[in-house]
Amino acid sequence: MITILIALVKRDLKLAARRPVEVLTTLFFFAMVGALFPLAVGADKELLRRMAPAILWVGALLSAMLSMNRLFVADFMDGTLEQLLLSPCPPSLLIAAKVLSHWLVAGLPLVLLAPIISIQFGLAPEALPRITLSLVLGTWAFSLLGAIGAALTLGLRGGGLLIAALVLPLYLPALIFGAAAANAANAFDATPHLQLLASLVAACLALSPWATSAALKLSLD
Amino acid sequence: MTLQTQQLSCARAGTVLFDMLDLMVRPGEALKVSGPNGAGKSSLLRILCGLTEPTSGHVRWQGRAIHRQPDLLHRAVFYFGHHSALKDDLTAIENLRMATLLSGRPCSSEQARQALTALGLGEFKHTMVGHLSQGQRRRVSLARLALTPQPRLLILDEPFNALDQPALAQLTSLLRQHLFEGAVLVYTTHQDMPLDGLLHHEVCLARTCPATVTNALASPAWVVRPMGIAA
Repeated sequence: MITILIALVKRDLKLAARRPVEVLTTLFFFAMVGALFPLAVGADKELLRRMAPAILWVGALLSAMLSMNRLFVADFMDGTLEQLLLSPCPPSLLIAAKVLSHWLVAGLPLVLLAPIISIQFGLAPEALPRITLSLVLGTWAFSLLGAIGAALTLGLRGGGLLIAALVLPLYLPALIFGAAAANAANAFDATPHLQLLASLVAACLALSPWATSAALKLSLD
Repeated sequence: MTLQTQQLSCARAGTVLFDMLDLMVRPGEALKVSGPNGAGKSSLLRILCGLTEPTSGHVRWQGRAIHRQPDLLHRAVFYFGHHSALKDDLTAIENLRMATLLSGRPCSSEQARQALTALGLGEFKHTMVGHLSQGQRRRVSLARLALTPQPRLLILDEPFNALDQPALAQLTSLLRQHLFEGAVLVYTTHQDMPLDGLLHHEVCLARTCPATVTNALASPAWVVRPMGIAA
């Protein structure tokens, strides 16, 4: 069973490597948000430094949402999703593997790019670990919650917009705690926010694959 | 290893496609599902492998209801649907190995190579599937039939479409071999396929089907008729 899950993640990474445009779209969007704000706000260093965590978080949220509708669409269109549901492996585990590979392709690059953008905004180096950590947890929450929306809107016209409408309210707690952690003055102030965010991710990890598999069965019916 | 349905009904968009359908297919037997377009053939096949919920009734595999023990069915089934389930950006051999891994019956690359050769795709094994023709893609999908360990339940939706004569011959001989070894086959086709000479049933899913007329007194909307006896 583990071999099936590992093979699925490997396959998704291989597919992403053979078609890198999709990964780069998300990353490019995130980088653009980071690059355009200073131009629009002007050369107020202090203001930019104060806004930086918020910009990073909103940018990450929007990029994550942009990539979300791709989670199942390709597998749905070519019939692989049906074969996945006919696999002897439980569907919720397969979905967890899909979410993991989606995070590796769409979430991890954002996390890795964030420190570079932070430096660009003049954030103190000691703030970088907690910003990065908050984004690691945040992108996980985005991927797990987005999977439910992606499964529910599968095969619908205008699915992208529907995902946004369905998933945005669910993203708000992650945004509030995550941005608060990133904004905190020091590591001590950030800890409670990070803990709340981590508990949110834990809850999503337990519930989302199960809800997503139920939604997928409905969409494929 | 028997596939059985009990009082199976399916309604789509307010229309009853079939109702109170009782079927039984034993090991080594084939069931051809026929009927005009939109009669519910694909829906029946999807219900048989648990992808679609029936409106009422049960499907049993090895005597167990498939919604209770899906893994029992999933370990045995090979479903070939409208889509080929292939990735354009993977080579034929990568696609085949991935498909077998996902179905829980992994194969080595040597076995995958032999299976592709058996379906006449030996020279295309390292070609990206996106560069293959429609018929060749279907052959890559069907190459799973040439592998061991073999699926015990074959549910094939229009498997003969878009195949040329040699591929048809290869496929029918593979199917014969599977049936000979005790697999259960359920398939749809609009062609007169040379799968005769085997214990073979046909179910016709339409009220206007000619088969129904001959049995109009005995039967409601469908007829199960034997098409030949095992030689």
